[in-house]
Amino acid sequence: MAKTEKVKLPGWKEVVIGGINPDAGSAAKYNSGTWRTFKPVWSEERCIQCNLCWINCPDSSIMIKDGKVCGMDLVHCKGCGICAAVCPVKPKKAIEMVKEEK
Amino acid sequence: MSKKLLALTGNDAAAYAMKQINPDVVAAYPITPQTSLMEKFAQFVADGELDTEIVLVESEHSAMSACVGASSAGARVMTATSSQGLALMWEIVYIASSYRLPIVMPLVNRALSGPINIHCDHSDAMGIRDSGWIQLWAENAQEVYDNLLQAIRIAENSDILLPVVVNYDGFIISHAIENMYLYDDAEVKKFVGEYKPKYTLLDPKKPTTFGGFDLPDYYFEHRRQMADAMTRSAKVIADVAKEFSKICGREYKFIEGYKLEDAEVAIVALGSTVGTARAVVDELREKGVKAGLLKIRMFRPFPENEIEDALKHLKAIAVLDRADSLNAVGGPLFDEIRAALYNKSTIPVVNYVYGLGGRDMGLVEINKVYSDLAETAKTGKAKDLVTYLGVRE
Repeated sequence: MAKTEKVKLPGWKEVVIGGINPDAGSAAKYNSGTWRTFKPVWSEERCIQCNLCWINCPDSSIMIKDGKVCGMDLVHCKGCGICAAVCPVKPKKAIEMVKEEK
Repeated sequence: MSKKLLALTGNDAAAYAMKQINPDVVAAYPITPQTSLMEKFAQFVADGELDTEIVLVESEHSAMSACVGASSAGARVMTATSSQGLALMWEIVYIASSYRLPIVMPLVNRALSGPINIHCDHSDAMGIRDSGWIQLWAENAQEVYDNLLQAIRIAENSDILLPVVVNYDGFIISHAIENMYLYDDAEVKKFVGEYKPKYTLLDPKKPTTFGGFDLPDYYFEHRRQMADAMTRSAKVIADVAKEFSKICGREYKFIEGYKLEDAEVAIVALGSTVGTARAVVDELREKGVKAGLLKIRMFRPFPENEIEDALKHLKAIAVLDRADSLNAVGGPLFDEIRAALYNKSTIPVVNYVYGLGGRDMGLVEINKVYSDLAETAKTGKAKDLVTYLGVRE
């Protein structure tokens, strides 16, 4: 897993009141993929471009370009494995869950 | 300054204040003894006297939730409740203050179940004393009205942004008719002003997120900010009172002494009992007893220094609590008054838990407190630290 950079967090006089986030769309910048123990590995060769993984991913972590799957967004993927479970490709799925190496 | 003298109940006074404030949204659920307040207010809206959006919800949990939503959207929001209603609101009460939403809520004080009881005591208000809401207390219908008008300005001050609860005794104030002054609509409108929210969900140019996940890396900082806002709110409350004095003719203080300067013994109390105690102080003064009285109007933030200054010359103090902490030590006001005086004085302070569930607190009971205090002042020692006043033995 990528090493988290040490950043100085703002003190209580600096943070926005009420836990309000005035920075729209900032979730994209936040690395929420640190919880993961398994990561999806996608095979371009086996993929039939059915987009079932994309529509089922709860974290919008299936990257799409021109209507086609082009990779996994591992910064936001929690490793839930739904994409691999719904992948209909046989006999070997186009997405496999692999243990995350540290 | 123009006033008209009218005879109104406390709930009517609160409804009238809400009518003059003309909040954008009111979400409420009826609960005794608050019900007649909302009925009256709904009547004003139905008669077209104001343009508030009333949201009729199925419970108080939803009432406060709707208030949180509307306030986050940038509306000026009010609600009202009592007792079990407040208890049901509890989790959202904390959310309102933590999101820094300036919601104003009359709280018509009533005992908490069980056993079920609809009458006055202060256990509902004490249940949210640590919730980050500013708490003002009224002695009569006039103060209900005056405190509510001031509460809007306090809550919405851009440096504070904490919700405010205006307490008044169920039935004793809410349903009893008193002579009181109402101020001119235009004057109140000018005083209350327009609410300009600092952050709003409905600003497409500046989209914001309310209610994000606040993990250990940020939560503490946000709570620290709330503590700071609560500390700073005292000055705002004083400033608002000063400005309001131009309308009402007198200046509201955090605490209010009655014949206290030269007193030897005194009672400290909240709410309508202060009015009854005034009569007892007058009687005792005629007999030459140096009795005094201290009313707490602002309970959150707790005006510790002012209380210490007001009480430091006394020989004995009795704190009256219309709620019991059931902590085997005494009532909540007692705990705080005693803590305020700790390290600063050796005056004996005793506690009287009284009036639970609407039990009468009359001249006889208060006279007993003062006669106990006279004895304590003489000996320098209290016989009993906590007395349950008016309970059958």
